[in-house]
Amino acid sequence: MAALTEEQTLIRDQAEAWVRDEFPVTKFRAMRDSKAAGAIMGDAWQGMVEMGWTGILVPEAHGGSDLGYLTFGLVLEALGKNLTASPLLASALVGASALRLAGSEAQQAAVLPGVVDGSIILSLAVDEGARHNPAQTACTATAQGDGFVLKGEKRFVLEGMSATHFIVPARTAGAPGEEAGLTLFLVAADAAGLSRTGLSLVDSRGYADVTLDNVAVGADAVLGEVDGAFPVLDAVLDRARAGLSAEMMGTAGQAFTMLVDYLKTREQFGRVIGSFQALGHRAAQMFTDQQLARSCAEAALASIDNDAPASTVAEMASLAKARVGDHLHLVSRELIQMHGGIGMTDEYDAGFYLKRARALEATYGNQAFHRERYASLLGY
Amino acid sequence: MSTATSAAGDAFRESVRSWVEANFPPELKDQPASMEGAGDGDLAQALERWRDALAGQGWGAPTWPKAYGGAGLTPAEARVISQEIGRAGGYNPIPLMAGMGVTMVGPTLLEYGTDEQKEKHLPGIASGKIRWCLGLSEPNAGSDLAGLATKAEDKGDHFALNGQKIWTSGADISQWCGALVRTEPQAPKRDGLSFVLLPMDQPGVETRPIKLISGASPFCETYFNDARAEKSDLLGPLNKGWSVVKRLLQHERASQTSARGPGAGGKSESLYAIAKRYAGETADGKLEDADLRARLTRHLMDAEAHRLTAERIAAEAKGNVEVSAAASIMKNSATSVSQTRSELMIELMGYRGLGWEGEAFRQEELDTVREWLWGKAISIYGGSAEVQNNIISKNILGLPETTQKG
Repeated sequence: MAALTEEQTLIRDQAEAWVRDEFPVTKFRAMRDSKAAGAIMGDAWQGMVEMGWTGILVPEAHGGSDLGYLTFGLVLEALGKNLTASPLLASALVGASALRLAGSEAQQAAVLPGVVDGSIILSLAVDEGARHNPAQTACTATAQGDGFVLKGEKRFVLEGMSATHFIVPARTAGAPGEEAGLTLFLVAADAAGLSRTGLSLVDSRGYADVTLDNVAVGADAVLGEVDGAFPVLDAVLDRARAGLSAEMMGTAGQAFTMLVDYLKTREQFGRVIGSFQALGHRAAQMFTDQQLARSCAEAALASIDNDAPASTVAEMASLAKARVGDHLHLVSRELIQMHGGIGMTDEYDAGFYLKRARALEATYGNQAFHRERYASLLGY
Repeated sequence: MSTATSAAGDAFRESVRSWVEANFPPELKDQPASMEGAGDGDLAQALERWRDALAGQGWGAPTWPKAYGGAGLTPAEARVISQEIGRAGGYNPIPLMAGMGVTMVGPTLLEYGTDEQKEKHLPGIASGKIRWCLGLSEPNAGSDLAGLATKAEDKGDHFALNGQKIWTSGADISQWCGALVRTEPQAPKRDGLSFVLLPMDQPGVETRPIKLISGASPFCETYFNDARAEKSDLLGPLNKGWSVVKRLLQHERASQTSARGPGAGGKSESLYAIAKRYAGETADGKLEDADLRARLTRHLMDAEAHRLTAERIAAEAKGNVEVSAAASIMKNSATSVSQTRSELMIELMGYRGLGWEGEAFRQEELDTVREWLWGKAISIYGGSAEVQNNIISKNILGLPETTQKG
């Protein structure tokens, strides 16, 4: 754990206690079994608003506390441990970052207070295919009168059923594959021509496909520059990737704790299985890997808080998402393998971690995406 | 960091910088560290002047007390000294000249030694005048060190040592040796060992250098034939040598975690330059070999993760780099980064990365080959990667002992 300030330590301890006492994995299981609409744990979301977590990245002028990304990461890590489902990342990190980086003062004043009090739930509708690739955006925005008309399909949108507003990258110029020609729009979920369909994925979270069928928006819906949104979209995504890495450290950390506990208690051949080197050494390597991954996640968050140049933040975010992704992948596989048959049963929680792990890896670019990006950033 | 502290830090750095400017012999600028012991008369003299100047400041071991040849500085101040010497294009030769003295024997002496022992041995180490080697491993006691057989017999005022040590780095050029020996043959493995200090220049000690797969090496076999170690040079209590050595090895791991070896760090120039020179590029500037590029990228990420972790551990320890369980993690990580890097370098160079000697190859190519072969030692010495994994699983994760109890 990074060297934390007193305030950060307090927030982390509070978040960990809250998750441990109020939101054990049984709550996640109950939500999955009930097929809750929007796949949010409603009471958890209300609690998060009350704890002030929705305002961690919002300026004080708009009702937030402006404590920074490392602090937000501490909360996300705690939530990742018990798979607490909520739009906190999608709205209060990704959405709030987009407003802060691209939005005008008036747009921020109109939206951010609602993000803080939970009445507005933002979601970035970026992917259009099964694999993350923002430059491939094909959704179009055509100028019409003072505003624009949006047409296209957004796929696998995080918290797509519970969002009240979408942040939509659309093409005002150029062709799919080009970075130039993108513009960001803020679109209300109840806008005429917008429809959405919930998707059922292995991790039981609230994804949706969103169809924009000639959705008309005013000029005031444009966030930032027309045609030149790619750099700011990338910056928002890098914040999302860094935050997600923190959540993934929590999920991996809990999976590893379960795994080590099992190695200490399960007996076969007259001894606890953790006494076998074949398992002990793999656990030792996972622990080493965990320490390395943690440094990457924290460095990515800190680089944002320290106002590092965008290229540095990009390198660190890709490093974190890839390295933490690899770590979570490994631990979630070993969690099942080392538990043996019991780990395969639905009654046991191990499967939840495996399923969630793969979804987290795919979100905002998997390991392959970020290794490719890292290599390019470094000039290889 | 408070403004006051950083102002004081800046002043310290300034004073170190002007001292280095005034005292660093210009002819040593950018000379490789391996020149130490080289025959060149002028360079050897300059090196001796430089060593003497550093020793006068107590900067051979800056964190040790002044009374024992150190400068009584903090680890952070010691880092400033290394940085400033590096900035001038030099290096501090004393830790190399003292062999295992500055990094391992000295810190252990500070912890376990009597006042008399500290006064006798530490100043020679801190000034780089006395080189130390360590007699730990034996032909039949490698990873299972506690199984060693070299005996030390009580002869009243001294011990008489008989047996063979191996991998004693620098034994043929060292003046003193710290040796782990058996003083109580009847006791269980770890309980009958003691740690003694003995001079190498005596009739009962014989050394023989070991040639490795990489060619000549600093390693030796060392034979004790009634070698004499004074009773006053017993470090720590009799038959408690295992505790002393455990601590000594923690200091060793701490000194081996920098992932230096054949270089590390995500943006190291040499690896980038080599990749671009030896492997072709596509029209858009990517390495042509996609598989090699992918593996190179993984390595760059691992190296950067290692670097960030070293930084994080130092920050969390608030500047005091403690020897701790983290040392095992960092040793394994450093090892894996530097060995992978070497393998990638020779792969990038193709046949040019397999040259053994001769004019047909550039020096950089020959060095890469030797570093690759020598680097195989990193995961073996100082507790093999497997021994480190035992330590992590038992001491950090709390899993039951996986090895046979000794």
